[in-house]
This record gives sequence, C-alpha cells and structure tokens, in this order.
Amino acid sequence: MEQRFVYADHSATTGVRPEVLEAMLPYLKEEYGNPSSIYKKARTAKEALEKARDQVAKAIGAKSATEVFFTGSGTEADNWALKGIFEAYANKGNHIITTAVEHHAILHTCEYLEKVRGAKITYLPVDSEGFVRLDALKDAITDETILVSVIAANNEIGTINPIKEIAEICHEKGVLLHVDAVQAIGNIPIDVQEMGIDLLSMSGHKFYAPKGVGALYVKKGVRLPSFIHGGDQERKKRAATENIPGIVGMGVAIELAVAEMEERNRTLIPLRDRLINEIEEKIPFAKLNGPREKRLPGHVNFSFEFIEGESLLLLLDMAGICASSGSACTSGSLDPSHVLMAIGLPHEIAHGSLRLTLGRENTAEDVDYIMEKLPPIVERLREMSPLYEDYLNGNTQPIIMKK
Amino acid sequence: MAMMYSEKVMDHFMNPRNMGEMEDASGVGTVGNAKCGDIMRIFLKVDDDGVIQDVKFKTFGCGAAVATSSMATEMVIGKTVQQALEVTNKAVMEALDGLPPVKVHCSLLAEQAIHAALWDYAIKHNVTIEGLEPPVDDIEEIVGDED
Repeated sequence: MEQRFVYADHSATTGVRPEVLEAMLPYLKEEYGNPSSIYKKARTAKEALEKARDQVAKAIGAKSATEVFFTGSGTEADNWALKGIFEAYANKGNHIITTAVEHHAILHTCEYLEKVRGAKITYLPVDSEGFVRLDALKDAITDETILVSVIAANNEIGTINPIKEIAEICHEKGVLLHVDAVQAIGNIPIDVQEMGIDLLSMSGHKFYAPKGVGALYVKKGVRLPSFIHGGDQERKKRAATENIPGIVGMGVAIELAVAEMEERNRTLIPLRDRLINEIEEKIPFAKLNGPREKRLPGHVNFSFEFIEGESLLLLLDMAGICASSGSACTSGSLDPSHVLMAIGLPHEIAHGSLRLTLGRENTAEDVDYIMEKLPPIVERLREMSPLYEDYLNGNTQPIIMKK
Repeated sequence: MAMMYSEKVMDHFMNPRNMGEMEDASGVGTVGNAKCGDIMRIFLKVDDDGVIQDVKFKTFGCGAAVATSSMATEMVIGKTVQQALEVTNKAVMEALDGLPPVKVHCSLLAEQAIHAALWDYAIKHNVTIEGLEPPVDDIEEIVGDED
C-alpha cells in the first residue's frame, strides 16, 4: 500500500467543509457590513447573524434563538458560564461542582475561581470508563451549590455522560447545570430542553466550521452577566463586532452536522468498532480506554504497554497518520493526562496512550491503512523499550493482560 | 509536533544508533522511571585498557529521549571510561543541534544513564573512575527544579 494521508484527530479539530466555506465566502468578500450599522449592507450581515443564531438554536433544541450567544471559542463559552454564574449567584452560594475529567477550559477556570475569587470547587470522581459518579454528585450538592458543570462527551476517551440524569439530580436540588458539549455537538444528539440543560458550550471547529467561533446557550431566566464589555452586540452580553463569516459558517455547519448525524453515524460507528476490534486482535498488551458503548462515534483511545505516546505519534506522523496522545511528553509536563489518571490508569500505561478520532471523511481504507501501519510501529517501539525487555526476560509482569 | 525537533533529533529518533541489548556487557545502567515517562538503559563493553569498545541502549520515552540515548552512545564509543564521564548532557544536546526546553531533562537522563552504566562497570571490575558518583534513583530529583 502506498503512503496515504489519514487525518484521525477530529477531536482536536476538523477542516471547514466545502458547503460551509461556500456559505461564508460572501461575508468575507462583498457582504462585509458591520451588523451594528444602519445601512442596507449592514442589514444583510445582521440577517445572516440572526439566521445562524436560529440554526444553532434549532440544532440544540433551544426554545428561542435569543438563548444563543456567539463567542470566540468553546473555551470562552466555558469561561463565561463559570465566571458569570459564580458572579451572578454569589448571593446564593460559592460552591461549584465539576468533574475530574473536564477539559482544561473548565478545570483551569475552576482553579482560578478557587484561588482568586474564593470559590469552593468539588471535583467529582469518575468510574474506570470515565462516567461521572451520580452518587457522588448527589452527595456533593449542598445549600451553597450554585452550579454543576459536566462534560457531555469526553475529549480524550470519548465517554458520553448521562446528562439527562445529571440534570434531574441538579434540578431536584435547585442547582443550575452547565454542559461542555464541545465534543458532543454534531456527533451525538443534544437537546437542551429535553435533557434539562441550563447552559451549554459549543465550538464551531469541532464540527467542520472554522476556528475562532463558538457559542454559549443560556436558558431564558438564567442570570448571566456581560462577559466582554463594550458595544451592544449579543444583547449587550458579549461586546465586540461579530465574526460574521465564522458565525455564518457555524450556523451552516451545525445544521448539516445534525441533519446528517444519524446517517453518518451508521457508517462511523461500525468503522470505529472495527478499528477497536482489530487493534485488540492484532496488538498484544493493548487496553481500550473509555467504554465500548456510550462512546463518541469516531472515538478510539488505547493504551499500549511498554511504549510511550509521543514516540508513537512521531512514527505515525512519518507514516502520514495524524493522531494524539495523553502522554506527558506531548503536554510538556511530567504528568500524563488528568483524564487517564482519573480513570485509574497507572502512569506507565497512561504514558502509552493513543487517541484516534475518525470523522466524516474517513473511510474503510483509512482504517485498513492505520491497521497496516500501527502494529509494526508499536512492535518497533517495544523492541526499543527496556520495559518490554524486562517483561520478555521474565523480570516483570505486564499490567495489561495479553489477549 | 515533529517540527519542534531538529533534523538531527529526528534522524536519531528514526534511525537510532546502537539500539539493542548486549549479552556480555561490562556494565549496565538503567535510569528514569515510568512515572515520568522516560527510562533509559545503557550497556557498555569495556576492554582491559578501560576503553569503551561497544555501547547499546534501550529507551522507553519520547522522541528526544530516544535521540539523546542514541547520540550519547555514539559519543562514548571509543573513549576511555574516564573520558566518557566527561560527556555532558550539554554536549549531547549540542550534538543534536539543540532540544526544546521541555526536553532538556531527556539529555540529563542520557548523561545519567551513561554514568549509571560506568558505575556498574566500576563496581563489577573493582576500578575507580575519578569523579563518578553513584547513580540517583529518581531523575526527578535532578531535574525537579526546572519544572
């Protein structure tokens, strides 16, 4: 097989799809009006902005488009939700509950609120597959609790949390629920009304819209102060001239992603499962991270014992395969991914993790190609590994059972 | 990610020199731990005149860890054990046209792996290598301040 290029890192980002780019182009070219201006040219931009808001609202099942606020990113939406609720509900309490497996946009914001603003933060544990422990959530809620923030689908291991059940627990105790749905949107059904979500973060570039645009859903009645002060944009809550091309792109992308979801997942899920099964068949001492079911459609994450993730990524890159890892060496710290640690992986197993996330353009041939390249690469690194040598010489026991 | 490494680092990572085991090694040293994600093992074959005739390595770690091990083996082959002690992590880094700041500890680990193998040789053969200190168990003790 000749050298292919296989992009298998869709949880990191996706490329803008042609229909989205097509819809954006007029707003990068002739329709450059500022929606805040008075003339006709501006009105075209304003209409495009509101159309995109409608598209996002419909895609997530919001009651009204006025509940959708565009931001510059999913990270901004997360920051706004946490800092905003903390400020607006200070009279009620200062306790926020989140989980040990959130994205850094949540975790580092919580750390900030704790250290600088005096918030009390509870980090809920997860089980070995990455699911939030509902009993722990029930126990953690106090009279001081103002917000629970839970990731809908985990970016590293693909675990899909039971958001509806979490929402029921929150609402029973009168606590707001924020959901980071950055990885979930466009991949699994999200309906804010049906699921009982009060705030929801989204990021365009995860579903084939451009980078630099996100959105925060805020249920009507939830008090959320302005995050960026300035002009009257986004109903005075998020000042700054709107990124019209990006917003238009996000509107079209989310509409397409949701409309095509069922059909796409009919091919993507079997592709994912084949990749999982073949890795388990062909590579010994490999452990699937995250659940088999209730996992994001294109999401595969394995730990390979005796080897280290960054080396693996470098060799895959040489073979034309883009992937990622929770290894410390890819993050610049000595500790591997907090998510892999939270599901209870020992350090040496966490360092050898590989995330392959498939998307809409991946094919069966891509999976064939990954399966042609990956096993010899793992083998090559094991031949180089003193840990593997120790195992072969009978000096140590493996942590992951050989199949 | 590949872009953060120099061509020399990538060359030594893709085509590691002296990778493997040695059955009749005069000295073997293993440093690092799986917790921090890097383990290096160096095998030395030293002749009666104290000259290093052959070196092999095995490494569990990132691209920089493999490349620094590979380069370090090349730099000590043919040297006396005393000269080998003078191969510093800085020299290994320079020979690789530099490392990203977060990867400097890999070169320290390579230096320590050579020292650990020299120590093992010195103990087994009852020789003294001037200035050689016993190996440190945990490399984090050495690099801890940098993080």
